[in-house]
Amino acid sequence: MMSRVLSALSLLLLHGLAFAGPAMDAGGAKQATNWHAIIMFLIFVAMTMGITYWAASRTKSTADFYTAGGGITGFQNGLAIAGDYMSAATLLGLTAMAYTQGYDAYIYMLAFFAGWPIILFLMAERLRNLGRFTFADITSYRLDQGKVRTMAAISSLVVVVFYLIAQMVGAGQLIKLLFGLDYNIAIFVVGILMMVYVTFGGMVATTWVQIIKACMLLFGGTVTLILAYSQFGFSFTDLLQKVEAVHKLGPKLMAPGSLLADPVTAISLGLGLMFGTAGLPHILMRFFTVGNAKEARKSVLYASGFVGFFFNVIFLMGLCAVIIVGQNPDFFEGGEVGKKLIGGGNMVAMHLAKAVGGNMLLGFLAAVAFATILAVVAGLALAGASAISHDIYARVIRKGQATEAEEIRVSRFATIGLGLLAIVLGIMFEKMNIAFMVGLAFGVAAAANFPVLILSMYWKGLSTRGALWGGYGGVISAVLFVLFSKSVWVDVLGNKAALFPYTQPALFAMPIAFILAYVMSKSDTSARAKAESDAFEDQYVRAQTGFGASGASH
Amino acid sequence: MSSVMYERMRVNPKFQELVRKRGSFAWTLAAIVLVLFYGFFLLVAFSPALLGQKIAEGSMWPIGYTIELCLFVFFWLTTVVYVRRANGEFDELTQQLIKEAQKEKL
Repeated sequence: MMSRVLSALSLLLLHGLAFAGPAMDAGGAKQATNWHAIIMFLIFVAMTMGITYWAASRTKSTADFYTAGGGITGFQNGLAIAGDYMSAATLLGLTAMAYTQGYDAYIYMLAFFAGWPIILFLMAERLRNLGRFTFADITSYRLDQGKVRTMAAISSLVVVVFYLIAQMVGAGQLIKLLFGLDYNIAIFVVGILMMVYVTFGGMVATTWVQIIKACMLLFGGTVTLILAYSQFGFSFTDLLQKVEAVHKLGPKLMAPGSLLADPVTAISLGLGLMFGTAGLPHILMRFFTVGNAKEARKSVLYASGFVGFFFNVIFLMGLCAVIIVGQNPDFFEGGEVGKKLIGGGNMVAMHLAKAVGGNMLLGFLAAVAFATILAVVAGLALAGASAISHDIYARVIRKGQATEAEEIRVSRFATIGLGLLAIVLGIMFEKMNIAFMVGLAFGVAAAANFPVLILSMYWKGLSTRGALWGGYGGVISAVLFVLFSKSVWVDVLGNKAALFPYTQPALFAMPIAFILAYVMSKSDTSARAKAESDAFEDQYVRAQTGFGASGASH
Repeated sequence: MSSVMYERMRVNPKFQELVRKRGSFAWTLAAIVLVLFYGFFLLVAFSPALLGQKIAEGSMWPIGYTIELCLFVFFWLTTVVYVRRANGEFDELTQQLIKEAQKEKL
């Protein structure tokens, strides 16, 4: 039970679906068509299409396509990272969790937030100084280009595909609920818009979609909170007194509940959250869109400011909703307080918007949720396409001999391929329990991408052999741990008992990757390993000073 | 060519100074964040009841919420502190280093 709750939580936290977990069963019923939301969403689409049209004229070189020519400022990139990081599940799932579980939601928000300072202190400037288009540029910097890039591209694609499936299925269900559109239509709308943004506008368009969406999300959330909080005279004391008086948990609402009672799963989840974020290809890629290490650092400063602010906003929104939504019979099925919420547990934020701002605010917030999904899938598609076109096609297959035009053409085809794949898989997986997919994506990111990446930047001794063992070992062990855990072995495959007792792979798969990389590098006495170790010296100076780093082309 | 530049920078004492200062600064801040974060998680795991109590008699502010709100603010402030020093002092040192390496005769 415990692990089920935790896996459900990790799922909704890790930007996946807004729908999972015992307390948040989405009704799944199709709602009446929501015209306010659809009109506002169409305005968003029109705006982003305009930007894509403008971006297309500025997307000429591979640098434009993958990294917007490195011309994004730290502030813009901070907003875009926040837009990439805060999903529909953050808005809907975490508000719902604050509403039902109180303080536990706040604890998870901190876990979700604390990775950012660490990324800043230990990774941001080295990423910027060493990388160009993909994080495989860094891992293969002084190692075997062909083999290490192939490995990094494979683990990137595993992360991207599982993450995309989770986003697509979540999107279909969410849109059905919020807009009253058919599931398959919703999947096609998301898939096609994503392909248009990325194929024509590349990173420039993707970045602006994420920036606009982040502003809408911050604005919509803040307005909702101000309107709701004003009903309590902006007094936290007043709010808590009223909330504790009516909530079924009473004063326990603001104490840690049962969610972190199992320390192994909790720590594994924490590790997966913190280091998974630091290994997500679409997040890492954002560090290459700024001109230099200075702007890369500023990106994290702004991103973590927005993310931290927004978590505090949605936690308070959830608490306000306990009174404003939870005590209003209009929002319950059959008009009876305490029954099932109309539309399911995830509708708390939407009901709150309606209660304090009417249909206008409800429509706005629903449009924000839709825009949020688009921004996240566009970032994923671009990261996946760059692994195919830059790493596999241009570097491994053509060995750096491909022209920029050829490489861009391949990345456009790759984007369309990924978009079609996402649509097909989104439809295939509609009825399946996909709770494991985001966990798997984060597990692979934390256990395969992160260890090899951090070792390649910090440890002179890492050799090609060690990187390959660590990388593949991390992918395989993360996948197997998830496969044998309850969320797949029991919930999807229908077996009686799980072979692996925990649902979170990070605590176990990460050490496997690190140990394999260490042992296989240490025992590698080949001449190549020696040369690779010697090449670390120059890489180290570049990582520290940024001299020779690919710069802004605009 | 750039290999020559890297060699010149590496032997410059300023490079050692940069690496030492920035490294210890970054790792100190990272250690502070990690210790506070996992320390807080230990509190959550082992004394949840304490975190649920109010900070003072008659106050509605719970201890856990108050600590965590401070952590949110504090963690963000650590990023401010790091970015100010790295973008100021450390970047200046880096620029000097690159200039000096470029000035040296081949």
